[in-house]
Amino acid sequence: MAEIKKAQGIGDWFDQRLATKKLAKVMMTEYWVPKNINFLWAMGVVLMVLFSLLMISGIFLLMYYKPDVNLAFDSVNYTIMQEVDNGWLWRNIHGVAGSCIFLVIYIHMFTGIYYGSYKKGREMIWLTGMALFGMFSAEAFSGYMLPWGQMSYWAAQVITNLFGAIPVVGDALVIWIRGDFAVADSTLTRFFMLHVLLLPLVIILLIVVHFYSLRIPHVNNQDAEEFDFDVESEKYLDGKKKESKVVPFWPVFLAKDFFVVGVFLTFFFYLVFYNYGFAMDPINFEPANSMKTPTHIYPEWYFLWSYEVLRGFFFDIAGMAAMNIGLAAFGFANIIFMLLPFLDRDPNVAPAHKRPKFKIWFWLLLVDLMVLTVYGKLPPTGMNAWVGFYAATTFILLWVALPFITKSDAKFTGGVK
Amino acid sequence: MRELKILGVVLFFTLALYWGVEPFAHSQMHPHVADADFTFKDLPAQSKIGDAKQGEENFQNAGCAGCHSLKIEGIDAPMDNATASASFGVVPPDLSNAGAIYDTNFLAALIKNPTVALKVEHKFSETKPHPMTKFYGLGGDINQEIADIVAYLKSIAPTEKLDDKQVFADACARCHTLKYENIERTSEQVPLTKYMGSTPPDLSMMIRSKGEEYLMTFINNPQKQLKGTAMPRVGLTQEAQEQVINYLEKTGDRKKDERNALGYKVIGFMLIFTLLAYLWKVKIWREVH
Repeated sequence: MAEIKKAQGIGDWFDQRLATKKLAKVMMTEYWVPKNINFLWAMGVVLMVLFSLLMISGIFLLMYYKPDVNLAFDSVNYTIMQEVDNGWLWRNIHGVAGSCIFLVIYIHMFTGIYYGSYKKGREMIWLTGMALFGMFSAEAFSGYMLPWGQMSYWAAQVITNLFGAIPVVGDALVIWIRGDFAVADSTLTRFFMLHVLLLPLVIILLIVVHFYSLRIPHVNNQDAEEFDFDVESEKYLDGKKKESKVVPFWPVFLAKDFFVVGVFLTFFFYLVFYNYGFAMDPINFEPANSMKTPTHIYPEWYFLWSYEVLRGFFFDIAGMAAMNIGLAAFGFANIIFMLLPFLDRDPNVAPAHKRPKFKIWFWLLLVDLMVLTVYGKLPPTGMNAWVGFYAATTFILLWVALPFITKSDAKFTGGVK
Repeated sequence: MRELKILGVVLFFTLALYWGVEPFAHSQMHPHVADADFTFKDLPAQSKIGDAKQGEENFQNAGCAGCHSLKIEGIDAPMDNATASASFGVVPPDLSNAGAIYDTNFLAALIKNPTVALKVEHKFSETKPHPMTKFYGLGGDINQEIADIVAYLKSIAPTEKLDDKQVFADACARCHTLKYENIERTSEQVPLTKYMGSTPPDLSMMIRSKGEEYLMTFINNPQKQLKGTAMPRVGLTQEAQEQVINYLEKTGDRKKDERNALGYKVIGFMLIFTLLAYLWKVKIWREVH
């Protein structure tokens, strides 16, 4: 047992028992981050702020929400939105943050792709990040069901139905997921459980692992420069702060992040108060009605690209049913990002602007995802269906081409050693 | 500066995405329809000047009170609501405020030919007549007789502005409920559903699910937005229709003023936070750059 002396003060009292000074060093003041970064490196902290806002607003909403098909709609739209003091504020924050967190996740993801921060020791960062994306998607989908409006109901209907296409067990699986033959009260209560308990727990756990996975390979920088963090941090501690290539997480890195968070939250609260319609679809303000299919059914914007990959294959090809091709493509779209570190055959880390072919690939992928997103919302008729088909095909071809493109880029980034 | 260039790229893609999935997609899914027409141009214009005194006589002789009440004049409905719903499907309206909230031209056209004015010709025929029968005239100039009745309704209507709730009760609440204001429909649900083909929806959240712009054209002419719907054209004047929409907003979005007022304060707070964070960042980074 450690030798416990009379404490010099409250800080020391805790330090003797919890090693708080050491902890603060490891976690904050001597946790080193490269200096050569831009504001895109602040997205992780922005995500933490958004996730905290979701947790806090969610806790308040949970106090009045009623997970019951007969009560859910009114508990949200009457009790929370109109009766409870500031209930509307928590709901707007929750809805807008739920939508914005995906925007920032995508920015965070594409920052990683652009700067090559997913390979050469950073695979676990990428994998845990993509697992988080998957869990956030499940969280968003389950949360969207809770107000029990028309879109809640029909999205649940359409998405749970997709599992029916899985061979052999499909039909049984759909019933198992729904807890009933159709989307019903049992479906609502189980997705409620997932949304407020199981998925948040998994997300928090994954966030911890995601942060931990940064420790060994360290944070990447704008030029993907490799240097010895121990040497650079020594320089910093010796007072050669300007010369050192690293800065401590606290206060230097966070000082910049606070500013970025400030800019982002200013914009965020503008959306919360004056432009929240994009995050709360008007159709969902109609109570769920199993007898009345809405004219247009579409997911929230962040799922549109993968939804369009699913819809893009609208005709049978070589004897394969359109629906099956679509589902296969949808499955492909949902796992392929996970495999990025292993599909990239260039052993060197470099930002996209130093990788001639990858650079083109990156921007093509981004534009293709934009096209898929927009056309994922439009009615899939006439020209729209064909744009969807070509954009979905392009998406798949881009990923098929990635190993070859990156391999041939290797000679520009330092060659294969 | 590199950071600004990157910010430009991020903003460009974000805004393009927003434009694509919001204004652009919605314009494709819900094509714009012509603005509400409060002159009811499709109906024949009335040229006759009505005489209210004569109108009162016509009102009695034409048998209007056989179905309608006129409470403002002490004329009660011949049937209670339950019996009226069972007989007609929907309770015939009390006409006390009709002269104040409905368009003059529309009222005249309605008396002359209900299904045309209400735009429900697709639902009714000779064999399935509309519960309100056409007015066939009292032997004189039918247009003059109608003008007189309309003049009579206008002369008895309250002169001071009706409150929004009253306009809603007159114009909407025979068929629609408004749960969040505890307003029940006056017609019985079962015969009404049979009469309309489906149960007219509760209107509590309509302001959020449809929005003001849609409601403005929809109430004015439902067929424009929802071809084939059983809902009749309501025929409200612009002022009365705005009152209805205002009432729907008070019901479905009653925290609007609070939201708008609080927004400035929170955004102002964030601006100050951002400014202080910027100054702190400059101070901290001066040491390391």
